[in-house]
Amino acid sequence: MHDESLFLQAFIYLAAAVVAVPISNRLGLGSVLGYLIAGVVIGPFGLRLVGQEGEDVMHFAEFGVVMLLFLVGLELQPSRLWRLRLPILGMGGLQVLATALLIAALAMGLGLAWTMALAVGLILSMSSTAIGLQSLDEKGLAKTDAGQSAFSVLLFQDIAVIPILALLPLLAYEKADLGGHGPALNPWLQAVMVLGIVAGIIVGGRYLMRPVFRIVAATRLREVFTAMALLLVIGIALAMQQVGLSPALGTFVAGVVLADNEYRHELEGDIAPFKGLLLGLFFLTVGASIDFGLLIERPWLILGLVVALVFTKLGVLVALGRGFRLAWSQTLLFGFALAQGGEFAFVLFSFATKAKVLPESLTAVLVAVVAFSMLLTPLLLIANDRWLQPRFASPDEEREADGIDTSDSPVIIAGFGRFGQVVGRLLLAHRCRITVLDHSPAQIDLLRRFGWTVFYGDAGRLDLLQAAGAAQARLLVVAIDDPDKALEIVALAQKHFPHLAILARAQDRRHAYALIRHGVSLIRRETFGSALEMGIDALRLLGVRAHRAHRIAQTFRQHDEAALQEMATIEGDDALVIARSRQLTHDLEQLLQADGYSISADNDQAWDVVARRGLSRG
Amino acid sequence: MDNANRILVLFAHPALHKSWVNRRLIRAIGDLEHVTLHDLYEAYPSFHIDVKREQALLLAHDVIVFQHPFYWYSSPAILKEWQDLVLEHGFAYGAGGTALAGKKFLSAITTGGQQQAYSRSGANRFAIRELLAPFEQTARLCGMDWLPPFVIHGTHLLREAGQIDPYVRSYRLLLMGLRDDTVRWDGLSEGEYLYHNLERVLGPSPVTDHA
Repeated sequence: MHDESLFLQAFIYLAAAVVAVPISNRLGLGSVLGYLIAGVVIGPFGLRLVGQEGEDVMHFAEFGVVMLLFLVGLELQPSRLWRLRLPILGMGGLQVLATALLIAALAMGLGLAWTMALAVGLILSMSSTAIGLQSLDEKGLAKTDAGQSAFSVLLFQDIAVIPILALLPLLAYEKADLGGHGPALNPWLQAVMVLGIVAGIIVGGRYLMRPVFRIVAATRLREVFTAMALLLVIGIALAMQQVGLSPALGTFVAGVVLADNEYRHELEGDIAPFKGLLLGLFFLTVGASIDFGLLIERPWLILGLVVALVFTKLGVLVALGRGFRLAWSQTLLFGFALAQGGEFAFVLFSFATKAKVLPESLTAVLVAVVAFSMLLTPLLLIANDRWLQPRFASPDEEREADGIDTSDSPVIIAGFGRFGQVVGRLLLAHRCRITVLDHSPAQIDLLRRFGWTVFYGDAGRLDLLQAAGAAQARLLVVAIDDPDKALEIVALAQKHFPHLAILARAQDRRHAYALIRHGVSLIRRETFGSALEMGIDALRLLGVRAHRAHRIAQTFRQHDEAALQEMATIEGDDALVIARSRQLTHDLEQLLQADGYSISADNDQAWDVVARRGLSRG
Repeated sequence: MDNANRILVLFAHPALHKSWVNRRLIRAIGDLEHVTLHDLYEAYPSFHIDVKREQALLLAHDVIVFQHPFYWYSSPAILKEWQDLVLEHGFAYGAGGTALAGKKFLSAITTGGQQQAYSRSGANRFAIRELLAPFEQTARLCGMDWLPPFVIHGTHLLREAGQIDPYVRSYRLLLMGLRDDTVRWDGLSEGEYLYHNLERVLGPSPVTDHA
């Protein structure tokens, strides 16, 4: 009953995640540690719920890393990637080189042959993309200096895996039969194929995907778009494996190519849950695969090696951080986030064993060391947070707020029709970055032709708001023309992003009342402003002087807006509404008659002191 | 603190994002108890001043401060608009216009020109006290006590936090002194105003007198 065991396994993994992660989060330990511990608990050294098949599951779960890199790529426009070229090549290159050499030297000190030492050094210089990025992201630190540096280094490592895979067989201590692993192609042919596939990804992403996305989006069937997104990622991963490249690298490139695409947020929203689940599964399997038997057998050896690994990596990273002028607090964060062995180490160790570069007895120990170092990372990050960071946190400098945050787009505009466009253009003219969501493919095409950056998506979906950066944004402008949908979006945003200030377009008075009752304080009725302007024009044509007409309109506006707020609370009782609105109209007339500039002859007399004296004397 | 004076700061600066000094000044007094900071350009971006609300604010305070940059020997436009509208006949002056009688009035201004420029021989030909005459007379006509103004000169020369700090501190101390009625105005001579000589009217008895 294969099916049954599959469901049982799925049940065990999911249950472990659902139980452990909330507890771990509540304790402030973060989700990564929660998954790892859950993995240990269900693993062969805990409750023995999962066993040998863990390895297969792990290979499957490594696909989560591929998706993670696709999502990372989506966040990185080519221009941003170009700006990161120095940290990627400089920091990443130096990190791999220095760590590999230091570890190799240590290994030789422990009596390994130089070939083995070098192989171990190269493999252990990798850090864990999954743990590093996930931990930083979870704490909202991905956009900090440390986060960017960590990302750069990890990206370089992903690229470095390829030459390392090529280099390892040269270090073999005896000729190995590598049949089946890696394509036995002529190197020239292989190079051509690699270039071809990368060029294919770039050209396809640029020109082919847009019409395809449009056709799929036009079906308005969500699951088809999700299938499309998964197909894209899996297809690229397969193609990369065919030519012997890292799938993670391929999907990363695809992500970067699609970062400018208007369907980017939709893609992010669709892929993110799969990524999250697979990464979770990956952490679980890492936890389950930790060999406590080895730890019990040779505790001091394993612990010593874990400490040596973590501190060597930490030392290199801290030196790099300082060398590249990160602040101390950022340097430490950067160091602790990457001071572990990576998931590539598992792959590379098994490859090295097969290629007869390293003996099995050695790799078994080292795999355990890497797994333990992964377990240690969340703990080190917590220690850094609690005890080290407070020492470096400089009291917030008296920074002059310049009013508009330019790092990420602080404004999301939902609906970019005739209303949203005016709002957006005004903000852009003030050099404020905006993220625009619209759900009409035709409208998006039109706007794109005029050079606007607009993303396809329904702002009424939580995952899409999330992908559009609602968690970091400050304002949400709800400018869509469907009144019920607008109320839905407002309710969704209030529930999940209470920090967002909401500005809503109201279709009419009744819609405005509904929005007010939803607790939206900034509401503009879509026709009110222009109608008022036309009222001013009419008054002027009737001979009222411009400034006075303007003042009358302003008084009217103030009064009407106050009335709107008040009426929203009593709507429903018709008699009361009619009575109250009559009273308000009357009040307004009174108000306009007693305009501030009603300077009468009396007032002037009050200033004529000479005349007044004359009067009193006479 | 029950008999503390309540202070209303009517603040007018049309381009606050460019005035570091004024930003620092208002930040320094924003948290003071019994001090109401009223940013006119923020409250009335289109100059549509709510007269009734402004009059109610005046009635609720004992000391009225006009804080603004000194533009064309006067205040920025909105403060003039405020005077034209809020200081109504029958409220602030004229028959029955006694709402402000007995309150204190202070001008707190910043000028680009340095102190020497505001003298007979200087570029501006008149002293600050002379140029502020319209404000002084406005206060008198409304029955208010006119206080010697608080002036920061040469604001464009104050580029570093350290240079501004003493003024910011003085301004805060001055408002605290007005609130708690501990200012000794007799420390100032005729025609003098508050610049960096606040120690003579504020704080413990001046040490210099015993020297």
